[in-house]
Amino acid sequence: MLAKRIIPCLDVKDGKTVKGVKFVNIQDAGDPVELGRRYSEEGADELVYLDITASHEGRKLFHDLVRRIARHLNIPFTVGGGISELADAEALLMAGADKISINTSAVQNPGLITSLARNFGTQFVVVAIDARMENNQWIVYTHGGRNRTQKELFAWAREAQERGAGEILFTSMNHDGTKNGYAIDALAILSNQLSIPVIASGGAGRMEHFLEVFTVGKADAALAASVFHYGEIPLPDLKKYLADRNIPVRL
Amino acid sequence: MKEIAVIRYNAGNIQSVVYALERLGIEAVVTDDPDRIRNADKVIFPGVGEASTTMGYLKQKGLDTVISSLTQPVLGICLGLQLMCQFSEEGNTQCLGIFHAKVKKFPLFAETESILKVPHMGWNTVTKNSMDNPLLYNLDTSPFFYFVHSFYATTGPDTAAVTEYGVPFSSVLSNKNFMAVQFHPEKSGLAGEVLLKNFLKL
Repeated sequence: MLAKRIIPCLDVKDGKTVKGVKFVNIQDAGDPVELGRRYSEEGADELVYLDITASHEGRKLFHDLVRRIARHLNIPFTVGGGISELADAEALLMAGADKISINTSAVQNPGLITSLARNFGTQFVVVAIDARMENNQWIVYTHGGRNRTQKELFAWAREAQERGAGEILFTSMNHDGTKNGYAIDALAILSNQLSIPVIASGGAGRMEHFLEVFTVGKADAALAASVFHYGEIPLPDLKKYLADRNIPVRL
Repeated sequence: MKEIAVIRYNAGNIQSVVYALERLGIEAVVTDDPDRIRNADKVIFPGVGEASTTMGYLKQKGLDTVISSLTQPVLGICLGLQLMCQFSEEGNTQCLGIFHAKVKKFPLFAETESILKVPHMGWNTVTKNSMDNPLLYNLDTSPFFYFVHSFYATTGPDTAAVTEYGVPFSSVLSNKNFMAVQFHPEKSGLAGEVLLKNFLKL
């Protein structure tokens, strides 16, 4: 049976992970490769690396990092941040990324999804969507949640799928950082409307939230950052907790 | 000369196979040179892409006849597996005909009424057939491997392991020196490493 995926997300700046991480026996807690390997050993099903660097120099470091990750990691990984044209994506593919995620650039230029899918296959293209619930409508935001758009979450997700997205990564801005659980109602609607996998993001605080996002929220995968980085939810415990409650997970 | 050849053609993910072999201490050569492929100790035929375009490319390079005539152990991966079957619904493509299997598109709806997401993406179990295959030594009876695909190979006499996704399909095929896996061993953690080691030992 196809397993539900657990995906730790690492923010990278100038080639180093930015959030503090509580792992014992790691020489350099800032090394994204070492961290990725540790997560992989603990049972992570995939990893997401987000480049939050703004500078040209930082971007170059990120490319070198992607090459190192591809060399050392034995599970799939997605990279995102600053991909605005075909050439950016191709460079990351050549560096060894399994998938790329695009957000702002997809909203600004939806044709980018189409051309990425045509050139590299739909499995390579993750469309990330940040949205906030306002007056009973999920409004899409870009630029890391700073810019409001005219787009509505469900319509935009369907368009992204039609254009060739292989997966949708939905982050609820209302839930992100609260640790009160994922936006399960919106996720369930999204999952029912789409024929491609949905990755839930934003709000994980306890193990029950993961259970809920897979059962009620119908998500195919759940992404989280701080609960893993700060050791609040150890991955092996989470996997066991879910398996004990009949959620198909890879143990 | 003892050499592991990875067939180079217009497909993605070739480098990740090379990296996976490197992690096992094996330096492979990526090549589309027919002589070098024929003389290699073992051959890996990876692939991510579209079937008809890729078959066209293989024919143009003469690699279709080279692959079919190989006598050393050959391992197809993902699209490699599909191209080693008889026929693919993807672009109505005549394939290499090495395995007794056809390649079909996943149905969009499962019998359970729940929507089957396509591509089939993520970790799924691979269940060995009773006939023990050396490629699957030292693995649990139903280990998890990482899949990404929208088309699947039917089951038949060459099926060595089965995976369920709405329908049961061949996740491992084997016929004489030819073996192939639908999943990506190079991205399948420890189970993937065990499988690659098994292949390298043949």
